[in-house]
Formats: sequence, C-alpha cells, structure tokens
Amino acid sequence: MANSDLTEAELEAAFQEKIDSEQKIEPKDWMPEGYRKNLIRQMSQHAHSEVIGMQPEGNWITRAPSLRRKAVLLAKVQDEAGHGLYLYSATETLGISRAEMIEALQTGAAKYASIFNYPTQTWGDMGAIGWLVDGAAICNQVSLQRTSYGPYARGMIRICKEESFHQRQGYQIMIELALGTPEQKQMAQDSLNRFYWPSLMMFGPHDSDSAHSAKSMKWKIKRETNDDLRQKFIDQTAPQIKFLGLEHPDKDLKWNAERGHHDSGEINWDEFYSVINGNGHCNRQRIQHHVKAHEEGAWVRAAMLAYKEKKKKQYQVD
Amino acid sequence: MTQSNSKQDLLTYTVRLGDDAIILGHRLSEWVSYGPFLEEDIALGNVSLDFIGHAQMYYTYAATLSNEVGDKKAEDDFAYLRDEREFQNHIIHELPRGDFAYSVVKQLLIDLYNKHYIEELKSSNDETLSAIAAKAAKEVTYHCRRSKEWTLRLGDGTEESHLKMQRALDDLWGYTHEIFEQDELELRLVAQGIAVDSASLKDKWFDDVKAIIEQATLKLPTSEWAVRGGRAGYHTENLGHLLTEMQFVHRSFPGAKW
Repeated sequence: MANSDLTEAELEAAFQEKIDSEQKIEPKDWMPEGYRKNLIRQMSQHAHSEVIGMQPEGNWITRAPSLRRKAVLLAKVQDEAGHGLYLYSATETLGISRAEMIEALQTGAAKYASIFNYPTQTWGDMGAIGWLVDGAAICNQVSLQRTSYGPYARGMIRICKEESFHQRQGYQIMIELALGTPEQKQMAQDSLNRFYWPSLMMFGPHDSDSAHSAKSMKWKIKRETNDDLRQKFIDQTAPQIKFLGLEHPDKDLKWNAERGHHDSGEINWDEFYSVINGNGHCNRQRIQHHVKAHEEGAWVRAAMLAYKEKKKKQYQVD
Repeated sequence: MTQSNSKQDLLTYTVRLGDDAIILGHRLSEWVSYGPFLEEDIALGNVSLDFIGHAQMYYTYAATLSNEVGDKKAEDDFAYLRDEREFQNHIIHELPRGDFAYSVVKQLLIDLYNKHYIEELKSSNDETLSAIAAKAAKEVTYHCRRSKEWTLRLGDGTEESHLKMQRALDDLWGYTHEIFEQDELELRLVAQGIAVDSASLKDKWFDDVKAIIEQATLKLPTSEWAVRGGRAGYHTENLGHLLTEMQFVHRSFPGAKW
C-alpha cells in the first residue's frame, strides 16, 4: 500500500511501531515533521559543537609544550572537524543544507554546546577538556549509538571510536601534570576545578526541567535521560580524580551504597543559564571567529566554483 | 677534517632540516579553525602534521648525534630551548601565515623544492637521513599535488583570486633564492655524499614552478630582490614571535615532563 493511501494518524502509528520494535528510521522513510525538526535541531547542534569545539583547543596548538603533544592535539582537533563533517552530512539527509545550518549557527538560531563558551587559559585545560568534556560527550554519544535515526546512529558509532582516543589523550595530559612538579599538579587541579561543573552541565537540565526530553525519549532519539547519563559520568569520574591524587571539586560527593551511585552536590544552574544566555567569557568571540573564517574564505569558495564552471565549459567546447 | 668535526657538521645539517620542518609545520597549524571551509581545515591540519612529523624525525636523529659529539640534547630541546639566532631554517618557512593565497603559493614553492630535495636525500650516504627521506617522500608527493590543484583553481578562478595569487607570488619570490645556496658546511657534506646539492635542483624546480604558474595564468616575477640568511641564523622579525609563542609553556616549567 502506498503512503498516500494512509491517514496521518495511521502513518504515525506505523512509525511509532517501527521505533518501538527497535527498527531504524532511514532518510526516505515517512517521519512526523516534529521528529524531523527535533533531529535537525539536535544533530546540527551536535555538528556545530564539534566545529566550535575546535577553537578552545586550537587556542593551544601553537603553545603545546612538546612536539609530541603538539602533534597529538592537532590530530585531535582535526578529528573534531571530521566529526563535524559526518554530522553535517548526516543532518543533510533530513533535507537541510550545510549552508543553511552554518547560517543558523552564525545568526544564533542554532546552538552549540555551551561548554565551549568557557575560555582555555592553561595547558592543563587541554587535559581537562579531553578527559572531562570529551568524557561527558562520550557518555552521551555511546547512548546515541542506539538512537532511532539510522544515519545519526551510524555516525555515532564511528565518532565514538575516535572519541575514546581523545579522552585518553586528555587523561594522559592530566596524569603527566598530576605526577609532575608541584606547579604542574597545581595546574591540573585548577583545570579540574574550572571544568568539572561545566562538564556536568553538558548533560543539560534535570529531566524535570528539560524542554525536549519526553518527546525525544518516546521517539528514541534520546535513549537515556539527562540525569541518568550525568550520573554515569559522575560515577566514572570520581575514581579517576582519586587516581590522579587531585581534590574532588564537589565537596558533597559521597558514595551511596544503597543506590550503587555517588550522591553529589547541586549544580549551579544560574551559571548554566547565564553562560547560555551570553554571559560566558567567549560566546561572542566563538561566533565572530567562525564568521571571520567563513567570510575570509568566501573568495576561495567563489574561485573554486568559477574554476569548475570554466572547466565545464571548456570540456563542452572540446 | 677530524671525525668529530664531521659529526658536528652532520648534526648541524640535521637540525637545519628539522628547523625548516617545525617552523613551517607550526605556521600551517595556525590555520586550524580558520580554513575557508571544513574539508580544507582538515587538509591544512594534515599537511601541518606531516611537517611536524618530519621535524620529530630529524630532531630525534639530531638528539642521537648530539650525544655522540658530547653535547647531549633531547628532541624537544631543539624546538623549545633555542633562540632566534640559533634557528637555521630558510626564511621562507617563517613568513607569516598570511591569507589563503599566500599560504598556497608558499606551499607550492616549498613543496616543489621538497619534491626534488627529498628525492636526492633518499640517496644520501647517511643511512638515517636516507630513511627519513624515504618516509617523507610519499607525503611530499601528496603536498605537491595539493598545491598544484589549488594554484590552478585560485590562479585561474576569479579576478579577485587571480590578483591575490599574483600578489602572493610577487611577495614570496625573493625568498626562494637562498634555498638553492649552500654554505661551507653543507658543501663539505655534499662532498661526502651526505647533504643534498641544492644548487643542482634549481633548474628542475624552476621548470616545475613555471609550468604550473603559467597553467594557472599567473606571471613569474621578474624583480630581482632576494632575502638571504636563514642558514646563518639571520632571520626576519617573524621568527622571534613564532618562537615566543611556541616555547612559552615549555620554558615556563624548566625540566618538566609533558
């Protein structure tokens, strides 16, 4: 039976049945407009985060303290750019172009992870970002490997492989610092202190306050709730901090044997919303940087097109 | 010539090749997150990584040689603990990142030079240098292809891109002369079959450059200015600032491991 013979309600029921039985939705399948919009929002935000995320780490490539670290950090930032590419391509399958997505980023209509509005001030921040920020991202992305939209799920599988290398490189930086001179250990502690709480905020508001959660869970775009993923991250990070011999930034953190999880202090949500709403140290800078690079590249893109057209014409004449 | 003097020559020569590679690799890394589009950002980063990788190979060998001449140094000491006057890279490598046209033309001139240079270095009597060249050769071939493709597109693209490319070529041409000139030290090593006789590469390089430049509808510069001195540590003011940035963290924590 052709799709056109079915009512919207019947289509939606069939769609939900497919989701409930763990089948993937593919680009040419019928999907509710809300599902498409929700995915475009989440996937493009994810892509933008990879791309904007190049800036805080790119900020230290030219100052990396050894040749090995320089090469590894540069390779890592290249991977982020690559992830941005996969994700833009995966999002394009939903009927939006990369140019439209970039436009939305630059005008503020689309968001990126607010963690990248924080400045990177020391080399230790390269450790903290790899370890904590990528660590938090992995918790989320591992879960998204089972997301209901096929191209997104497959993209996540590929991305997760590289992300675990990123997290290791970050943790390795922290280990060297924590085992190094007293000044290096202090640098590690300072970076941990500044990036721990913002990393917890990366999972988004509490489930009770999350605008998009319920629908995303029903459609299996999201597979685990913000709070569950955050708990996983808190539990995995606590022993890592201990191993480094650093002080835990959460003074209220306590193991709860009954729950089998750590209880933790409350996140400063005022700070979270304040940074999202433009009061972070780098909000304006990040977008302006992106716009500047994009505008400075305009003549290059125009020349490529012109050259292609010329060659096409020559080919036709020949 | 005593054996230790000859070893010292080899050490200096190896460090020079490392200096060329690290300074250019560093400059290219400045493009990260500034590329004209995402794919190109990745490509520029990859080329940068290649040069940093070459620098690591040269400096690692230099560290071994330094031990043999009784002045023990580690790989990173060469990159991070020497000052502007001690760096002996050819000047073209230290020039600013510039706009995309400037980087493309700079890469074209250097990549075509490296194509011939690395090919010759493969047959060096020094086994390690020869092995490094063999490893680098594949990447250099890719760099040449990339630079050529970009030169054609931008030279023969729009009026604006053509102008930018011509200006870049005019601004860079005077730095290409010294890369074909050798001092006493390199001539001694050429005589031993260790160093590349770069003067002998100039004609081949010129033919390659000319062919691509003309195909890209650009004009070869005819002006006669030439800036020299890199191999003697006589640099433009750009290098000091590059080193200040590159070495800052390393120097702030003497003896620390990373």
